[in-house]
Amino acid sequence: MGYPHPSHPKETVVLSQYFGDAGARSYEGWTRRGGYEGLRKALGMAPDAIVEEVKASGLRGRGGAGFPTGLKWSFMPKGDGKPHYLVCNADESEPGTFKDREIMRWTPHALIEGCAIGAFAIGAEVCYIYIRGEFTEPWNVMTAAVAEAYANGALGTNVFGSGKRIEVILHRGAGAYICGEETALMNSIEGRRGNPRIKPPFPAVAGLFALPTTINNVETLAAVPQIMVRGSAWYKGLCLGNPKSTGTKLISVCGHVQRPGNYEITMGTPMKELIYDMCGGMLPGRTLKAVIPGGSSVPIMTAEEAESCVTDYEGVVAAGSMLGSGGMIVMDDTTDMVYQIWRLAKFYAHESCAQCTQCREGTSWTTRILGRILEGQGTQEDLDLLLDLSHNMTGTTICVLSDSCATPIVSGIRKFRGEFEAYLSGARAPVLAGV
Amino acid sequence: MTDRVEQGTAREPAAAWEPVFQGETLARLKALFEKYPTKRACLLPALWMVQEARGWIPEQAIGEVAEVLELTPAYVKGVVTFYTMYHTHPVGRHFIQVCTTSPCGLCGAEDTLRAILRETGCGELGTTSPDGRFTVVEVECLGACGFPTPILVDDADFIESVTPANAAGILARYP
Ligand SMILES: Cc1cc2nc3c(=O)[nH]c(=O)nc-3n(C[C@H](O)[C@H](O)[C@H](O)COP(=O)(O)O)c2cc1C
Ligand code: FES
Repeated sequence: MGYPHPSHPKETVVLSQYFGDAGARSYEGWTRRGGYEGLRKALGMAPDAIVEEVKASGLRGRGGAGFPTGLKWSFMPKGDGKPHYLVCNADESEPGTFKDREIMRWTPHALIEGCAIGAFAIGAEVCYIYIRGEFTEPWNVMTAAVAEAYANGALGTNVFGSGKRIEVILHRGAGAYICGEETALMNSIEGRRGNPRIKPPFPAVAGLFALPTTINNVETLAAVPQIMVRGSAWYKGLCLGNPKSTGTKLISVCGHVQRPGNYEITMGTPMKELIYDMCGGMLPGRTLKAVIPGGSSVPIMTAEEAESCVTDYEGVVAAGSMLGSGGMIVMDDTTDMVYQIWRLAKFYAHESCAQCTQCREGTSWTTRILGRILEGQGTQEDLDLLLDLSHNMTGTTICVLSDSCATPIVSGIRKFRGEFEAYLSGARAPVLAGV
Repeated sequence: MTDRVEQGTAREPAAAWEPVFQGETLARLKALFEKYPTKRACLLPALWMVQEARGWIPEQAIGEVAEVLELTPAYVKGVVTFYTMYHTHPVGRHFIQVCTTSPCGLCGAEDTLRAILRETGCGELGTTSPDGRFTVVEVECLGACGFPTPILVDDADFIESVTPANAAGILARYP
């Protein structure tokens, strides 16, 4: 549902059904709503059969990359005799994204159940949920729910009498966007600085504590119990013509719409319906200018691109961007694109872990150059310099934070060049004070 | 994910130091050892315990944490300074983080920040108000972009939809 608003008829409400319903938070309330049926069913299946079921559903990672979840699980070694780990990524810090927070606040047991099923499927007895340090309320709700799950036998050394041991341990972050990157997150759990690691080795070979590890996003794992209960065919059927993108997706819509919130759509829903029908469109007298559809790290779309876009993994790529995390930032005609791009670059400069030169220097220099354009001190060469720096920041570093900074800059200059030119020519007055 | 706060003194007189890890707090930390295969993995939780107890991470606590977790103080310091939520200096009685990242910025976060700076008497970002009551910093995306502008008070109270109009009323709850 379009939390905090009532459900819109064009939504397909699966994960968000109980958003806003505090009664769903308790173990008892959750089981009364059909909770823990998925886990009970999974415990009666062979782990491989669970992996196959998730593969057949078409579920793809909701954390940003859209990697097929069942396939990721199948990379975990079998019969290696080593401990395995499941890690749940609840670091949610990508600007524009605020869906995992609502899953944890309202349906903590959906996540715990998904973690337990995932752990069982990949041969792990322990799952760590890494929750960003600023998420105080989700932390408190999850803490209470985990305790209740243990008390009711849904977690522990003998889950629902199956003889299986599944532990869920909450780990609190301490302020660092980069810890959402999967290998940085593992370093952070290990008590290290959150620097991403060079891959390979991939986590399935040597992840957390150098042991085989699978890492999944909150929304990905929360969808798993539903697939167990209702079957992969049901999940796969939730799409509008494109079998590569299935299921529902929570889209966090923010910025200049009448009703920002979390909308749950069937994959393939036209972006136009999302923006104009579900979110109520622009504020009175305003028109759509641009959309960043998948969290701040994906290319900016023009209004025309957004209005003709189909909201699924392939559809958004075809329209010139990426679905990413599903954090949709909507900007109307009052928006100063140069200013917004500068602010995003500033975000990446602040959040760079600084271990790679291209990222450490690139995020900081692009921010300064964009800043001087806004101060009225830019030159024509600055646009070429920004593109040149962006080029050097792409595909050259350990993780893609650097690429993420370059993305809005390159797409912004390409699609909104006139706004940059206006600052350069003096047609537009400076908005930042020079030093 | 805030900018570091540069004020106050980093050192307190050694004589005044009362260890953090004793009694119940030490027991809580030791219970955590069961949840991780290494003691090093208890570092972030241990630092949170220090900050909850003392409001910031003093030099002496770094030594204490290093000792209980069998790490070096230099290593612990390296980790403390990576994460923006750990305070390496004392802060005001109430520590306020205001999101100003683009999605909130589109919806007036900068006006909200200005109002909060004015109401708290902090004047400038990262400084503590003369009465010692507030420290205000900018924070990058708090993961609640649909509820502009969210603020986080004292690493505990997450408050949505703060505006210049309701800021004073919210701050009044923090004497
Ligand atoms: C800089 C950076 C930040 C990221 N932040 C997050 C995050 O906050 N939450 C998340 O689930 N994934 C995040 N990711 C993606 C993860 O690395 C990883 O792909 C994801 O957790 C895998 O889960 P999934 O397959 O279920 O999507 C981030 C990636 C990068 C490069
Ligand atoms: S940008 Fe402010 S909460 Fe995300």
